[in-house]
Amino acid sequence: MPAIAQQNGNDDMQQDVEVIGSEYLTFNLGDEDYGVDILRVQEIRGWEMVTRVPNQPAFVKGVLNLRGSIVPIFDLRERMGMPAREYDKATVVIILKVICEISERSVGIVVDGVSDVLNARSQDIAATPDFGENLDTEFITGMASSNGKMVMLLDVDKLQPSVAQADEDVEVA
Amino acid sequence: MTIDMAQFHQVFFDESFEGLDVMESGLLNMDPGTADTEEINSIFRAAHSIKGGSGTFGFTEISNFTHVMETLLDEMRDGRREVTAVAVDALLRSVDVLREMLKAVSADDTIDMDDVQAQQSELEAILNNSESAAPAAGANSAQPAADGAEAITGWRVVFRPLPHMMRTGNDPLRIIQELTDLGDVKVEGDASLLPRLAELDPEECFLSWVITVNEALEKSQISEVFDWVEDDCELSIVPIVTEAVAEQVEAPEVESAVQASEPAQPERRQGERRAEDRRSPVDRRQNDRRSGGGASGSSSIRVDINKIDGLINMVGELVITQSMLSMLGEDFTIDRVERLQDGLAQLERHTRELQESVMQIRMLPISFTFSRFPRLVHDLSSKMGKKIELKMSGEQTEVDKTVIEKIGDPLVHLVRNSLDHGIEMPEVRKAAGKPETGTVHLSAAHRGGNIIIEIRDDGKGLDKHRIESKAIERGLITEEHNLTDQQIYELIFQAGFSTAEQISDVSGRGVGMDVVRKNINELGGSIEIESEMGKGSAIIIRLPLTLAILDGQTIAVGDEIYIVPLVSIIESIQLKPDMINLVAGRGETFKLRNDYLPIVRLHEVFGIESVKTTDLMSGLLVVVEGDGKRCGLFVDDLIGQQQVVIKSLEANYKRVDGLSGATILGDGSVALILDIPGIIRLSSQKYSVADLKQSA
Repeated sequence: MPAIAQQNGNDDMQQDVEVIGSEYLTFNLGDEDYGVDILRVQEIRGWEMVTRVPNQPAFVKGVLNLRGSIVPIFDLRERMGMPAREYDKATVVIILKVICEISERSVGIVVDGVSDVLNARSQDIAATPDFGENLDTEFITGMASSNGKMVMLLDVDKLQPSVAQADEDVEVA
Repeated sequence: MTIDMAQFHQVFFDESFEGLDVMESGLLNMDPGTADTEEINSIFRAAHSIKGGSGTFGFTEISNFTHVMETLLDEMRDGRREVTAVAVDALLRSVDVLREMLKAVSADDTIDMDDVQAQQSELEAILNNSESAAPAAGANSAQPAADGAEAITGWRVVFRPLPHMMRTGNDPLRIIQELTDLGDVKVEGDASLLPRLAELDPEECFLSWVITVNEALEKSQISEVFDWVEDDCELSIVPIVTEAVAEQVEAPEVESAVQASEPAQPERRQGERRAEDRRSPVDRRQNDRRSGGGASGSSSIRVDINKIDGLINMVGELVITQSMLSMLGEDFTIDRVERLQDGLAQLERHTRELQESVMQIRMLPISFTFSRFPRLVHDLSSKMGKKIELKMSGEQTEVDKTVIEKIGDPLVHLVRNSLDHGIEMPEVRKAAGKPETGTVHLSAAHRGGNIIIEIRDDGKGLDKHRIESKAIERGLITEEHNLTDQQIYELIFQAGFSTAEQISDVSGRGVGMDVVRKNINELGGSIEIESEMGKGSAIIIRLPLTLAILDGQTIAVGDEIYIVPLVSIIESIQLKPDMINLVAGRGETFKLRNDYLPIVRLHEVFGIESVKTTDLMSGLLVVVEGDGKRCGLFVDDLIGQQQVVIKSLEANYKRVDGLSGATILGDGSVALILDIPGIIRLSSQKYSVADLKQSA
């Protein structure tokens, strides 16, 4: 089943991938590898205490002072519905540039550790298989392989919850 | 003459738009029948500078059009023509046409000549209407070229520079040479004014010339040559007509006599103009917004020179303090610690002053926004056939530039609503025993930490029952609601809500009030309505004084630190057991002197787990006020007071209920700033949610 979906999606994906670019910063969450467009990465920093913002969804860890501007920090595990993990010395925050509606914003994501820079040609990128209702894959634009490992490429613009969505999340929480 | 004129264009446009604003407000102030010379003069001056400027830069359409306006104004100024409502209206429309022309030119568009022609002929019709124009010889000389265009064989130019002309860098010789380039020219010098050598100031000009150009040229070709010196000389350009040579010899004398009767006029006008520029930085800066929006779109700000001077002074002080401190630091011994402390105190004071003055730069008087309303009311009231008087007060109230930019459109909308729905037709008003002329009062004032902007009219007021039935019809509320008046009025802020029976092109489509509220909320403000059937209504907008800085009280709840705006704090108290009461078993209130106020536990509202104490007696209660409501905010501790720079949470994230922003503390960490009205709302929601859960 997944194989068929993959083939169907392939043609549609081709164009998008060209635009996304071909260098990715990869990092890991547990045993899984993820990648973000390297041009979107502003900086990588170690985890430090953030200021909690009240009444926000659990994945919003708080806000940070990034050279005078206030940047929200999201826990990527929790954002994607994975179990949370204690932060340790290897925990890093990747500050990303995201495009939200019309404005450009900075957000930070907490990940377990940064691994490498991946060079992916567009033909190496496959579409995300459809897991149906069980698994939300809205953040993943495609999958690439590096050294035999699968890397999931993230759509950073979807990380920022829209206002309505965030409110929903709060009510659920 | 190969200077790139384009570099001056922007300045010209800025000044011209400014001039148009001056003309517009002047015209609106003018009462038909009574000519206030000072008012007409300032309108005339503005028109004159636009004409001069556009001529210089080669925008002939503009200068030609302005010339006609100027002629009309000139006649009014000299009392040769009565100031009629028709003429004032025509001039107002001409200001619009002129503004369109300038906009088109500044955007490199083509000018819509049809409009211009139509307006110009309207002006000319007024000009030619000799009934109201008293007979005057000078009036006709304004357009001599039009009368006998065919017969002109040449021009006679009397050019008499004022003594100071050469100091302005203009050389009469160069001008004459330029004239000779146009064709056959005969120049006669007049040295009669030349003083004796001993009295001669070599930098002044005493000569004058009579120049005869024997070519059938356009008048503009000749006057163009004198564009640069127009204000620094007496100049008359008179056509030479073949049949009437004999008359022509005398004609220049008449003409120059008229000119000579006001020899210092151009100079005086300039002087006045400069003085006016200094007097009213408001008018000058007013145009920033408009011209910025029109042409380049870049956002700039004009700042009073005094503010800049103040800043430079302060930076100077800061540098002195800094060098003193670094000298002290070079060989520091412990016995100098007192001097170090003094120095640091000084540094702190200077930094704070500097910060305050920098913030001052962002503050502009609200008249920037208010200034467009007289015209709006004038136009709309005549269109709707209503009699409306606009009163304004507090125009000098200073608000942040961002507020100025964002409040304009919502205010326009609200004022239109007042005019359209609020004020009744004259006969209705008369029948209701009210004066025929309705009043709309626009006011601005500082109150506490807020700017209050009010739009108050004495119209028919909001019809509570109509809003109610409309809302029921639209399913917004049920028939058996128990809303207060205030809550019913709130309904008009719902998207798509309009009670207007007829949709007019002014308002009534139900688009807007929701946008108005959204805009004001974005500025961190709130809006409320007061209304009384038949008496009128008022819309009250509250905005934070400055969007960038505030005096804050740092408070601690558990591990978390928050900032409470000092302006919303009334007092801080330690509770005693006998002050606390429970309402319905869970609504905690306390008695403060004669009032019972609710207690809001911040740790509950914000879900703070690390809270030190939940015992009301061991924490502190900060009595706060927001949106007219008071409550006691229960916190662990007060830390200190400090000025904080407000940073937006929305820039990278989103608006969070109960918070108005964030700031960065001395140690680099982020602290969140509480929005007191928001917290009061949040806590009442908590109770209603709790109610729901219990009943469910």
